[in-house]
Amino acid sequence: MTELGRNARHNISFILNGESVSGSAEPRMLLTDFLNYELGLTGNHVGCEHGVCGACTLLIDGNPERGCLTFAVQVDGRDVKTVESIAGREGNLNDLQLAFRKHHALQCGYCTPGILMSLTAYLEDTPDPSEEELRDMLSGHICRCTGYVGMVNAVMDVVEQRKAKA
Amino acid sequence: MKPKAFDYLRAASADEAVAGLAKGGDGARILAGGMSLVPILNFRLADPELLIDISQVKDLDYIRVDGNMVQIGASTRQAKVMAWPELAERVPLLSKALPHVGHYQTRSRGTVCGSLAHADPSSEIPLCLATLGGEVVLKSASGERRLGADDFQTGMLSTAKRDDEMVLAARFPVAENGTGYAFDEMAQRRGDFAIVAVAAAVSGSKIRLGVGGVADKPTVAEWGNIAGDELDDALNAFAWDLGGYDDVHAAARYRRELVRRLGRRIIEEARA
Repeated sequence: MTELGRNARHNISFILNGESVSGSAEPRMLLTDFLNYELGLTGNHVGCEHGVCGACTLLIDGNPERGCLTFAVQVDGRDVKTVESIAGREGNLNDLQLAFRKHHALQCGYCTPGILMSLTAYLEDTPDPSEEELRDMLSGHICRCTGYVGMVNAVMDVVEQRKAKA
Repeated sequence: MKPKAFDYLRAASADEAVAGLAKGGDGARILAGGMSLVPILNFRLADPELLIDISQVKDLDYIRVDGNMVQIGASTRQAKVMAWPELAERVPLLSKALPHVGHYQTRSRGTVCGSLAHADPSSEIPLCLATLGGEVVLKSASGERRLGADDFQTGMLSTAKRDDEMVLAARFPVAENGTGYAFDEMAQRRGDFAIVAVAAAVSGSKIRLGVGGVADKPTVAEWGNIAGDELDDALNAFAWDLGGYDDVHAAARYRRELVRRLGRRIIEEARA
């Protein structure tokens, strides 16, 4: 059992994008705020802050989860990945990001980090989705720029590329 | 928005969780997946003094066949249940309903028992439990008890669970031979809250139709295996009995029409 009082900041440490990080947080601090304001990350975006829009989706122990519905103290000792994890160290975009660029799968880009993280997990479990399955999965994200068509095309392109490589 | 300050207790077992509830009184809340609770906290519609996190209690993360029941533990996520290879055979209604619950990104964290405890009148999981006549296992520091779905959910966002109790498990009856099951709902977008959701279990002699999103809790009608005009009349009477309301999403009249049409369609699908 771990008990954390409301008025104190508690030390937490976890693996973020493959590296150990630590800091301190009150129990009520959202993971999104911890990443942005305590650790200074800029990749994870916050939209609605009640789990609907999907912009803050990140991976916790490999699961796609809403960062805004997670308290920072809940990820103590766990593995967290944000959009910063998917490009190479020199900033080389991965296949999904390149396909997003090629197919105009984003305009303002605000929702994109969450969508990329969802897709990262989804394509592991479902490497060859139908368009209907993919659209159903994308319904967990709100994008007001694209109408999703470019996104679907980008993902289908990646699916074909990965199949050709396998 | 951000939640108000609260004390946080990460439980390692159900015993620790109920000890926390006993100590915390009506200011304590169980946090499982948090897909319903945390939005409410962020909006400050609830301001508990103590959150008891059971999301990492391994002993409560299970799906177990117990005689003619499938028992699902309190920290078991919806995605895990959806991926259970035996689900379509054992509890086909739940297998058909789960894809409508939230989204891929929330089912990965949201729990079956948490949805029951939250008791939203338009939620799919409480509707399935009610239609199948399942049970909820409640635990407090002084013991356990079981309640049928109809006794458990008492109205909109309210249940018969006492403040010192947690939902320990949900128990769904295993599918019966010769009974067909079907589920559908109307929502503005896939994964949004259902305007009306319907679930049916139809055998040679009996129809059970559960409706969510109209009354203040999922409501089940039971008829003999009627068809044609007789079924339409029964659905119409049921639609009026449910006492639907107007809100920003739909008028009561539209909800009644959905009960008639979706009800009819889903009963026929279950019968096929």
